[in-house]
Amino acid sequence: MLIHSFFFYFFSIIAIFSSLMVITSRSTVNSVFFLILDFISVGCLFIMVGAEFLGMIILIVYVGAVAVLFLFVVMMLNVAEQKQSWFIGKKSTHIPTGLIVSVLIFLELLVVVGGWKYKDNLMSSSTLQISNISNTHQLGLVMYTDYILYFQLAGMILLLSMIGAILLTYRERSGVKKQSYLKQISRNPSSSVELKEVESNKGIKIDD
Amino acid sequence: MIEYLQILSQEVYKILFLLVPILVSVAMIVWLDRRVWGLVQKRKGPNVVGPFGLFQTIADALKYIFKEIIIPASANKTVFILAPIITMTLALVAWAVIPMGEQLVLSDINVGILYLFAVSSLGVYGIIMGGWASNSKYPFLGAIRSAAQMVSYEVSIGIIIINVLLCVGSLNLTDIVLAQKNMWYIIPLFPMFVIFFISALAETNRPPFDLPEAEAELVAGYQTEYSGMMYAMFWLGEYANILLMCAMGTILFLGGWLPIIDIYPLNLLPSPIWMILKILFLFFLIALIKAIVPRYRYDQLMRLGWKIFLPFSLVYLVLTASFLFYFDKLPKGNL
Repeated sequence: MLIHSFFFYFFSIIAIFSSLMVITSRSTVNSVFFLILDFISVGCLFIMVGAEFLGMIILIVYVGAVAVLFLFVVMMLNVAEQKQSWFIGKKSTHIPTGLIVSVLIFLELLVVVGGWKYKDNLMSSSTLQISNISNTHQLGLVMYTDYILYFQLAGMILLLSMIGAILLTYRERSGVKKQSYLKQISRNPSSSVELKEVESNKGIKIDD
Repeated sequence: MIEYLQILSQEVYKILFLLVPILVSVAMIVWLDRRVWGLVQKRKGPNVVGPFGLFQTIADALKYIFKEIIIPASANKTVFILAPIITMTLALVAWAVIPMGEQLVLSDINVGILYLFAVSSLGVYGIIMGGWASNSKYPFLGAIRSAAQMVSYEVSIGIIIINVLLCVGSLNLTDIVLAQKNMWYIIPLFPMFVIFFISALAETNRPPFDLPEAEAELVAGYQTEYSGMMYAMFWLGEYANILLMCAMGTILFLGGWLPIIDIYPLNLLPSPIWMILKILFLFFLIALIKAIVPRYRYDQLMRLGWKIFLPFSLVYLVLTASFLFYFDKLPKGNL
């Protein structure tokens, strides 16, 4: 168990350190890098606890997709300009909003940690029995039986937010030529080439 | 304490035994790639260093090692140096779960396929970090392109993996191979194999999807500012990734280490040889494609990923699931 606790402290120290660096780091890009490090070490902690499916999903979803998009956006920011406006000279205007959000999160954490003490028996599921089956199987067993409603609701919410995001950013542009693959492929010489007799000094009109 | 040290040294020994052949085969595969490329174009390809030019890559690597590493003055140094290291490490670390035989695997974890998928989706960081840290136009454009490209094609690879998992009923790579004893999944899931193969090309930035390093527009994409050993690490990491994708395709569709038919002369060959032969076959296809296909335009690439592959693999997933359900072939596993 010595090695086990060594790895536990190793990953948790990295997780805590990197989450501190996320909020204290001066450059936004570095913050995102530390956020990624945080995700990875939390994923490792999940795996150590035996929740290997959850740990891998954290790696795939958060590190492999969400953080890439974060990085994508943050890298577009002009770092030099940002440093001037945020850290030098005028006062930051983000503090009140940040305070409200962090107080809310703190309260939520209190409720969660406090509620843990008075929790019901966690195993309220009727289909799930503790055995030696892997936790992927266990998740699969309850996902579509006991928690079908929540599962589908979560899917609906995600779908709605995706459609909303697309709708918000979508704008129809006129005057842009679009390539139609079907049209291109179905062209042949007889439909696209025409021989015309050109009279001298007159030329011809080509209608597009 | 001594016990731990013993376990540790054993593991290190195993890891070395896995990594050294992989590094050597990466070098050989670069040679094979250039050779195939040359033969398709009626050239000879590298044939001077060593027999058949086999040592060409090693000579190239030596050359890179002795070259000066130039770090641009305006680059973010830490991230700049970290990027090729991350690419190389991620490409090698994934091999821990690849089974080369019934018991021949470094760590036989329960969620092997998820691990592979996670590591291959982390591969984008090496490129995006390299591109950003270079602090220059072309690398950055290349990095942005590759981030969008790799994230989009991962989606369809994920759905293809789910297709296979539905037939297997386990996330363990050894189980996936053993489930193909009667029939390789390339036969019932052939369209998925084709899509997986093309997505693997996009995921590893191989032609015809090598837009992140399109030399006609972006000089060398995200590698523009890299030189010497750091460039070599990007280069070797890329080939190790291609090899990994071939191994993934072999395990998912070509029956891993299983012989073509389990009869006398064929099952004499040891399992790693079969695995390597299949990986080489897939790599040969990838090398051929590099030589014969022109580069895609960026909007065509995005259209192919999101509008064709994603809906098609989703529909095929529904088909697979309904087929398995209707004929009561769903794997029950160890329940």
